[in-house]
Amino acid sequence: MSGATGTYLGMPPFPRAAKDAVRDATLRANLRHATHTIRDKRAAAVAELPDWPELRAAGAAIKDRTLRHLDHYLVQLEERVTAAGGVVHWAADAAEANRIVTALVKETGEREVIKVKSMATQEIGLNEALAKAGIRANETDLAELIVQLGDDLPSHILVPAIHRNRGEIRDIFARNMARWGRAAPETLTDAPAELAEAARLHLREKFLRAKVGISGANFMVAETGTLVVVESEGNGRMCLTLPETLISVVGIEKVVPSWQDLEVFLQTLPRSSTAERMNPYTSMWTGTTDGDGPRVFHLVLLDNGRTDTLADEVGRQALRCIRCSACLNVCPVYERAGGHAYGSAYPGPIGAILTPQLRGTAGELDASLPYASSLCGACYEVCPVAIDIPEVLVHLRERVVQGGPVTVRGTRTRIRPAKGHAAERAALRAATWALDRPGAMRAGQRLAGRSRRLLPRRSLPGPGRAWTASRDLPAVPAEPFRDWWQRRTRGEDGR
Amino acid sequence: MSARDVVLGRVRRALADVPREERPEQVPVVRDYLASHSPADPVGMLAEHLADYRALVHRTDAGGLPELIARLLAERGSGSVVVPAGLPKGWLSAVPADTVRRVPDAPSVTAAELDAVDSVVTGCAVAIAETGTIVLDGGPDQGRRRTTLVPDHHVVVVRVPDQVVESVGQALPLLSPVRPLTWISGPSATSDIELDRVEGVHGPRTLEVVLVRE
Ligand code: SF4
Repeated sequence: MSGATGTYLGMPPFPRAAKDAVRDATLRANLRHATHTIRDKRAAAVAELPDWPELRAAGAAIKDRTLRHLDHYLVQLEERVTAAGGVVHWAADAAEANRIVTALVKETGEREVIKVKSMATQEIGLNEALAKAGIRANETDLAELIVQLGDDLPSHILVPAIHRNRGEIRDIFARNMARWGRAAPETLTDAPAELAEAARLHLREKFLRAKVGISGANFMVAETGTLVVVESEGNGRMCLTLPETLISVVGIEKVVPSWQDLEVFLQTLPRSSTAERMNPYTSMWTGTTDGDGPRVFHLVLLDNGRTDTLADEVGRQALRCIRCSACLNVCPVYERAGGHAYGSAYPGPIGAILTPQLRGTAGELDASLPYASSLCGACYEVCPVAIDIPEVLVHLRERVVQGGPVTVRGTRTRIRPAKGHAAERAALRAATWALDRPGAMRAGQRLAGRSRRLLPRRSLPGPGRAWTASRDLPAVPAEPFRDWWQRRTRGEDGR
Repeated sequence: MSARDVVLGRVRRALADVPREERPEQVPVVRDYLASHSPADPVGMLAEHLADYRALVHRTDAGGLPELIARLLAERGSGSVVVPAGLPKGWLSAVPADTVRRVPDAPSVTAAELDAVDSVVTGCAVAIAETGTIVLDGGPDQGRRRTTLVPDHHVVVVRVPDQVVESVGQALPLLSPVRPLTWISGPSATSDIELDRVEGVHGPRTLEVVLVRE
């Protein structure tokens, strides 16, 4: 197969994509079950640590220190990785990263690689780029395998196949496994243990003969040159240790200054993401080791919009993200819309602030993402690195509506305000979608009281501001957004 | 201009708001979180947390260790076992040589060969009570990473209380980042199918932890 052949680019803007998703009853039921289950477990795992607030603050501070001196830490990391026998490459954008990786794989003479789940490689469309060069990338996470065999796109950071239920997974395995390797057993049922066993057998032969592995990393330690991959299934260990050549593609924001810093993130990440005290497997490696694991290690440091994000003093905090996915699981909008509506590798609240910064807001979808939120603040509350997602959303809405200075591929420029009525309509559609659904909002409102203090001290974002300027509407901040919204729309279009 | 110069140049321009004279250490990081959550009985907690994640936990003393290991391999029906070069001699002394083939861990042993081996017995570098974690650092009693990955049955011996620390923060300074490290907290697992936890996907599906009191 050519990797996940679907594409996020060219997808309809958030409101339209979300509307389609909302109509899909299976997707909604699966998502609801999943997000609520993880959410509750996570709360219990976090409650076990009385010093959670301190860990969260330290995590944010470590990331802020890193970001404010990112050049320093990247140079240090490069030096240490090189000293330990690794080769460091730099990629300014997706195309460059794909070129580098494709060339490295070609040098080995291999036509097939094994991959462990990596959002960075999803972001740059590496599988598709490799396929064009005649190289097959085999995804090895169970969920990624389900997605790849189903010719589909991931919909959740942590459980990318959350939109598929067991019956669908059985059908995908039974139908498609044989095309790409060992077939699923004739007698395959939809019992999760049997499905996992089928995946184990299907992938094992690929692991055993693989010569090239491709990964991302959760952390890179500047002080020591160590990379860290956190996982559950063991496919990560397979990809990181069995092949002769390992290529890791990692966003430049994944660096942390010191070995000691891991004591914070190795506590907050597992509890926030899978709600475990610790995930089953964590691998750490520094360059190469004689006689153990890959003999060749390449690290590709990826920019692809991260420095543009860094240039925005408000938006910069999005780069603290450790991809735990806790914010997805509490988001009333994500729960209804599903991951695909966000149109990138990064769904949910983090996607709503990261994608428009990585890609800019020129596209209709990207411009609509900052509106994919009710600003309830639940995402900020659960975020283990305290990213004030509502603050960034409001900031980005302003940018879309009012225009202003931005950095695009390293060059400072000004974007013009989206044209008055068009912008308003786009925003209106997004907001209508999110706010006219009492179910979605109720969850948000439960938290609104608690999170009020966390909300940015500004007046109504984006569309509201445009209206107050042009139509002399009453000021709104004193009133809950939803009440105001309902009052605004009632009688206007008879909903 | 090289891609390196491009990216570093962009980073520096993006950080125009950071005062030139600011040193990285000057950005405050307050570490007022707990160094440990001070479990009353770290070894007991380790056992409990390992069991929570479906590792099978056994306890014995130095004298009982060989018998226990022999029993675990026999119960599993293992016909072969990978042996790290520095595994203490006595550990496998009660495992019958005629029915259980020893496969020495060596760089020449391929992954496919390991796939045909039933079990692996190792020591560990350190164990963490709060998280229920065993850390391997490739030491002589542990062997290469692949040896504890490919066989389906892993028996790991932890010397208690010596090798047990309370917290992640206490474990890190004891570990060398220069060595390849594998942190193991229960057998491999997935929740990818409707969030139903299934133990055992690609790593050893059975993890047996032997706590040896010294
Ligand atoms: S923004 Fe925060 S909560 Fe969301 S994935 Fe990133 S770290 Fe987790």
